[in-house]
Amino acid sequence: MLKRTPLYETHKLLGGRMVEFAGWEMPVQYSSPVAEHMAVRQAAGLFDVSHMGEFEVRGAGALDLLQLVTTNDVSKLADNQAQYSALTDTNGGVIDDLLVYRINSRYFLLVVNAGNIDKDFAWIEDQSRDYDVELHNTSHGYALLALQGPRAEEILQGLTDHMLDRIPYYWSQRVMVDGCDCRVSRTGYTGEDGFEIFCAPADSRHLWNRLLVTGHELGLIPCGLAARNTLRLEAGYRLWGHDMDETTTPLEAGLGWIVKLGKGEFVGKKALEKQKHEGLTRKLAGFVVEDRAPVRDGYPVVIAEREVGCVSSGSPAPFLKKNIGMAYLPVECAKPGFQFFVVVRGRQVPARVVEMPFYKRGRSFD
Amino acid sequence: MITEKQKMANTPEDLSYTKDHEWVRVKGDLATVGITDHAQKQLGDVVYVELPKVGDRFETTEPFGSVESVKAVSEIYMPVTSSVVEVNESLNDSPEQVNEDPYGDGWMVVVRMENPAQVDGLLSAAEYEDYIKEEASE
Repeated sequence: MLKRTPLYETHKLLGGRMVEFAGWEMPVQYSSPVAEHMAVRQAAGLFDVSHMGEFEVRGAGALDLLQLVTTNDVSKLADNQAQYSALTDTNGGVIDDLLVYRINSRYFLLVVNAGNIDKDFAWIEDQSRDYDVELHNTSHGYALLALQGPRAEEILQGLTDHMLDRIPYYWSQRVMVDGCDCRVSRTGYTGEDGFEIFCAPADSRHLWNRLLVTGHELGLIPCGLAARNTLRLEAGYRLWGHDMDETTTPLEAGLGWIVKLGKGEFVGKKALEKQKHEGLTRKLAGFVVEDRAPVRDGYPVVIAEREVGCVSSGSPAPFLKKNIGMAYLPVECAKPGFQFFVVVRGRQVPARVVEMPFYKRGRSFD
Repeated sequence: MITEKQKMANTPEDLSYTKDHEWVRVKGDLATVGITDHAQKQLGDVVYVELPKVGDRFETTEPFGSVESVKAVSEIYMPVTSSVVEVNESLNDSPEQVNEDPYGDGWMVVVRMENPAQVDGLLSAAEYEDYIKEEASE
């Protein structure tokens, strides 16, 4: 039995096409993936991401436990600040990527991938035995809406007295939005400015509808998982289960900036230190396909007549109007300008490594 | 907030159809083949169409190319055993024609049928419409 978010019926009413995703029944699109993608780049889009998992970590040992299980330095966070991080196992493999929110010094909120909720919770619980913490899987206690795009602030500001321009990137605030108690976080997975809004499940339908009505004139439309995926790929964001998992380390995934080897002990530190010291053998690279044919997840990658792996994420990029992707390549090949081939239905099409992100707000690569 | 639900698909009376959502327009032993309005709506924005070469021969139901939207690749299947005599090259530059005009500018290939009687085994417009209704209710 697939799980449903509190907005399931709302999606059906809006004509959302529902598909299975990570055990959930989610809207893949409402109008069209391209129209939704472009709305987020040029105006705004609203996503239901209530399937994401939330854990609360409370108590005197909360900071120490999170320093142990995540790779980034949680001690750097101030109240209401957020941080992108990873859970790694003893081999340095990525169990999941996540956001760590510090609410206060004894209370943190973790946001994890929907498909990893049970695995992550069991892992953290297992690591927490010697720590003075209370762990709660509060995934059912939150609905999560992502309002993304250049008009996001203007739209949300219409529903709250809190001055949203005072919430910087990767900070959050507890804010009343149209009479509902929310936590508003300036974060997202699209490469645009925008917010992720945590609210009570019972308030989610009201907020969803109010946002769509308020934002309609500014170009806001509801967006599904298809647009979410192409937006994150253009922005160069890795997707767990595709671009990284337990068999890859954050260093190989190009996420060295969230691995703080100097912060003290954490799970996976020894393996990651060793890998950094010895040097990587492969690295995740972004590439552009130099052919009309799009490449997809799993298509073989060929270098010098030899198959060396496969595409981890690949898709047409609706805003850039190019076919792009990511793949693990031998480290000496994972450099901008390197040319290789991807096999598309038996035909080798040329591809070229480029710097990620493919798309950055206000500019894009050539 | 009103979002347009899927409009009723358009199914011209004078064409024949397959359960794989191709249409066939017959003229003598030649047949023009494309994908249906229903199929293009299901796919969404078409960004790439891969077609065979003139002279290629295909058996009934053999894949002869593919249509890609942003989110997926779908194979297209030959409705009747035949050889390709013409390919719609304009889809290289304008794949969106498949969405905009699936029974006109969005045509894919013209083939010479080996046995034109095979067309009798395809679905009529009414049968195809019943079939997509059935598919939707499953």
